[in-house]
Amino acid sequence: MTMMLPLEITAPTIEFRQLAPILILFGAACAGVLVDALMLGRSRRWRGEVQIGLVVGGVLAALAYTVANLRLGPVGAVAMGSIMLDGPTAVMWVLLLVFGLLAVMVFKEERLAGVPVFASSAATVPGSREEAEADRFRLEQTEVFPLALFSLTGMLVFVSANDLLTLFVGLEVFSLPLYLMCGMARKRRLLSQEAALKYFLLGAFSSGFFLFGIAMLYGFSGSFDLGTIAAAVTAPAYGRGLLYAGLALVAVGLLFKIGIVPFANWIPDVYMGAPTPLTGFMAICTKMAAVGATLRVFYVALGAERWTWQPVFAVLAIITMIAGTVAALTQRDVKRLLAYSSIAHAGFIFTAVTGASQDVGAGQPTSVSAILFYLAAYGFATVGAFAIVTLVRNPASEENDLDGWAGLAAKRPWVAGLMSLFLLSFAGIPPTAGLMGKWAVFAAAWRGGYWWLVVIAVLTSLVAAYIYLKVIVIMFARPPAPNTYVGEASLWTWIPIVVGAVATLVLGIAPDLLLGPASLLGTFLR
Amino acid sequence: MNPENFLILAAILFSIGSVGVLTRRNALIAFMCVELMLNSANLAFAAFAQMHGNLDGQVAAFFVMVVAAAEVVVGLAIIVMVYKTRRTTSVDDANLLKL
Repeated sequence: MTMMLPLEITAPTIEFRQLAPILILFGAACAGVLVDALMLGRSRRWRGEVQIGLVVGGVLAALAYTVANLRLGPVGAVAMGSIMLDGPTAVMWVLLLVFGLLAVMVFKEERLAGVPVFASSAATVPGSREEAEADRFRLEQTEVFPLALFSLTGMLVFVSANDLLTLFVGLEVFSLPLYLMCGMARKRRLLSQEAALKYFLLGAFSSGFFLFGIAMLYGFSGSFDLGTIAAAVTAPAYGRGLLYAGLALVAVGLLFKIGIVPFANWIPDVYMGAPTPLTGFMAICTKMAAVGATLRVFYVALGAERWTWQPVFAVLAIITMIAGTVAALTQRDVKRLLAYSSIAHAGFIFTAVTGASQDVGAGQPTSVSAILFYLAAYGFATVGAFAIVTLVRNPASEENDLDGWAGLAAKRPWVAGLMSLFLLSFAGIPPTAGLMGKWAVFAAAWRGGYWWLVVIAVLTSLVAAYIYLKVIVIMFARPPAPNTYVGEASLWTWIPIVVGAVATLVLGIAPDLLLGPASLLGTFLR
Repeated sequence: MNPENFLILAAILFSIGSVGVLTRRNALIAFMCVELMLNSANLAFAAFAQMHGNLDGQVAAFFVMVVAAAEVVVGLAIIVMVYKTRRTTSVDDANLLKL
């Protein structure tokens, strides 16, 4: 018998306190999975309440831990170097948790239609006897809440990942639940399932590119660690061919998730087909997570190579802004209009990504802090706007046709007024947060030396303002549409609307409330 | 054996996969092509791990396998659901969302 060599296995160190937000969300999601399995019989009708309780409790606990850890200061790399806890991570975690909570609250709305927005049993065939039975006996499954929490967990990992492998795992953990949730609408299931199929196939395709790009970067540097890759970029051991291939392929995967134009074909169809509360969740949380990860990968790992990617990003930003705006001009469907507008917003954000201004002047936001502020401003307006879209109804279901929105102000002035506030914030008109966000990203791009990009962006945003003003005019100036009414919603819809409206106004009047902390915390550690 | 050959094979497999996704009509086949892309990345990971003499790439291949399995679970659920509803998995027939 041969002697076994003593195998040295060093136990990994996990900083549980610093990683508590991720772990709490994951735990709450796992508990949510058990709810459907364990709450049978008479307790079945309380499933929804337990689920939303888990979501609210889990997210608030994660938020409390994030803020409490923030007071200890940035800690650097944790979990054996795979998660980076720095300023941008902290700000993005707080924003993701806040927007995630507000968006998931709308999932719980049952009063509008008398039934939940999501299908009773997503596994039944639309129009089948099983589906009718599930609806009649209220055999409702509530897996959408844990799925949303899993997705949110993945987003937290994605924005804080310090190595490419963790980044890939985070990407899949947040994407896979989204694919499923897309296909779970109660009404218009065929459209919903089609959206899920498209989103899934294209998303899996893009993650294939992303993964091959990671392999190329690993081949180039011999490591997945972003800091090691950055060191290899400045002193390459091999030629740069692998670097450029990896850079391009990784960019494809990330830009797909943000919705930058050559890779944004999925956005209108998926936003339109997915259940509206989920569209709100995707519109802000997915975008924020993808932008955050893009910033980290391109600033930390590939920052030394920025002369290569900046011109490409500038061109993509221009195409994205213009294509999103022009396409939005002709839309007749509110969700599709907001989808194209989100593409245009991705273009505006990308001007600051391209600028990559990192020098902190006196009170001048860096690219990172400007983008964080823009995402916050866009997020509050998005959460509110999509919640209002769920309110406007016709006898059959939601009224998404703009003609149906005619004269909404005559029926419910407050709803039309709040929607106008969010649209003004999208357009960047004072006194809303959208204006300060646009100013911040354009200033960052300008100081990065991309003044011509800023000129194009300002001109585009003037055209884009017309899109939103058109909707406002339809709501206020047209005679009321006969079949449309504003549904009576519960607090689950009204809380996000009111929070979104208040935050949009407050950040518009006092942007330093967020821009200040974001500037302090706007530096990536490596 | 020269690890470069494995990289060339990985690149060929990746190209076959990506062309397959773009050209095949059947959602299942398109999805299989995506899996081929992921596996070509695995091959590249293993080859690079050999070249660099560290284990990171081999560990990555395991992570990718787990993720790919999870993706199969979600993807097949969606494709089967669409098939049960429409009796077809052709991606050309999924065109209700065009305006």
